[in-house]
Amino acid sequence: MAEETFRPPSRGAFSTLRRYLGIYALLARNSVVREMTFKTNFLLWIVVELLWFALQLSFIGVMYMHTESIAGWSKWQVVLLMGASHFIQQLFQAFFLVNCTNLSELVRTGKLDFLLMLPVNTRFIVSVRQMDLGAFVNAGTAVAVAVYAAKQLGLSPSAGLVLGFLILCAVGMIIHYSLMFLLATVSFWAVQAQGIVWAYYNLFNIARLPDAAFKGLFKVFFTFAIPMLLVSNVPVKLLVQKLGSPFELLLLLGMALGCLLISEAVWRVSVRRYTSASS
Amino acid sequence: MRKYWHVINVGIQNTLVYRLNFLFRAAFGLIPLTATIFLWQAVFAGKPDAATVATYSLAEMISYYLIVTIVDALTAVTDDDWQIAGDIREGTISQFLLKPIDYLYYRLCLFFSGRMIYCVVAALPVALFIFYLRKYFVLPADLPTLGWFFVAVFLTAMLQFLISFTMAMLAFWVLEVSTFIFILFAIEYIAGGHLFPLDILPPLVSQALDFTPFPYQMFFPVSVYLGKTSGAVLGWGLVVQALWVMVLYGLARLIWSRGVRKYAAFGG
Repeated sequence: MAEETFRPPSRGAFSTLRRYLGIYALLARNSVVREMTFKTNFLLWIVVELLWFALQLSFIGVMYMHTESIAGWSKWQVVLLMGASHFIQQLFQAFFLVNCTNLSELVRTGKLDFLLMLPVNTRFIVSVRQMDLGAFVNAGTAVAVAVYAAKQLGLSPSAGLVLGFLILCAVGMIIHYSLMFLLATVSFWAVQAQGIVWAYYNLFNIARLPDAAFKGLFKVFFTFAIPMLLVSNVPVKLLVQKLGSPFELLLLLGMALGCLLISEAVWRVSVRRYTSASS
Repeated sequence: MRKYWHVINVGIQNTLVYRLNFLFRAAFGLIPLTATIFLWQAVFAGKPDAATVATYSLAEMISYYLIVTIVDALTAVTDDDWQIAGDIREGTISQFLLKPIDYLYYRLCLFFSGRMIYCVVAALPVALFIFYLRKYFVLPADLPTLGWFFVAVFLTAMLQFLISFTMAMLAFWVLEVSTFIFILFAIEYIAGGHLFPLDILPPLVSQALDFTPFPYQMFFPVSVYLGKTSGAVLGWGLVVQALWVMVLYGLARLIWSRGVRKYAAFGG
């Protein structure tokens, strides 16, 4: 890592991008080495995630034993939604989750000092230090479930539609990341990492449910304040052509941008407070 | 006996530190609960009036989840298994092998004091939530039902604790127990009836589940409350639940003594 990080900062967006990609490649290699030292544990975590995914699917399966449709969503549409939601969540987990939950630990142990001194953007290095490789495997099972559900629905989307779907999934991942990073930053001092993870699982559970089932304040809050009901619903609605108007697409993009900006602002304030607190 | 009262006392004082964490937990736990209730409302909205799912009316279905929340607050093991595994891994249990105090009873006291504090903290958000949904909240048919419900809840708490205690004993043999704890938790979650009432499953599946301890970890007390289990079936259920408690107590003791032997050999 040393030869990459200590190279003098060069000008130009392209060389900056190249430098960061280089750093990222090294971090990724590091993650592979780390995961492979605990192979059994690595495999067991994949089993845990698979089990929880199966559990959510069986919940929906049992519900549809007693009904034909839930708020206009058919069984396989909801399965597709769950697959897509799991896909987005696992991608987020692969790239960001561990890093977000580690933030409070970095603060507590003072390791953040070291990261602040590195000649790279601190948020970048804090956000991507570790990769969770098992999550890629789980993202794969999510894709398998989603594809199967799409087959059952008789969908044959064009390449353009699939591309649009994937872009929206990435936007959804950015929302997950921004909110989680915000949660981690806010809890710099107050709450333990365990509490953050707990809050996360509870919040993100909603993302896999059809938005049409929700009403009132709950729906407004989880659309406009914490946009959990947009993250995976909008991409899937695009795919199954359920989208009421392009307004929902714009809303997803707008909320993603908003979340990102807010988390950046709070992060900056927190880092400033952190430096003044330690010196 | 007095020393265990002392443990409860200390346990209460220690868990008081976590009261904010508990409040956080209780409040955030209401979000997925609300989502599930919305989902069932949508299911019932697609049906004619006064329709039922299996034997459940909409009010009964919503009450099912509310009672699950209450039983969960009263009986769930939140942190105990992690702490026990930690005690074993870090060697803190050595002091219990020397002191005239039994580790299982010690842990049980801490579990009960933890639950007490949790219930006090969670009472407000959960009560507000139930008040908000009061028109769906079903009260127990009569006083004896409520009494039997609390008996079943007590046995549920014992079961939850003993299963977690036994599971945490794995730390004697395995370095990293968290994955095992999560896998067990997932199984308990679905097979215990957290996600949905077990009697809406196909009869064959729910009958098969009756041979496991899982329904007695959640579903059984809730169905007693709702009057779905009564009369002879209720009596029989309580007997089976008590038997499971005894079996698991024996298992916990057995694995503990095996573990300690392994531990002593390892340390000495």
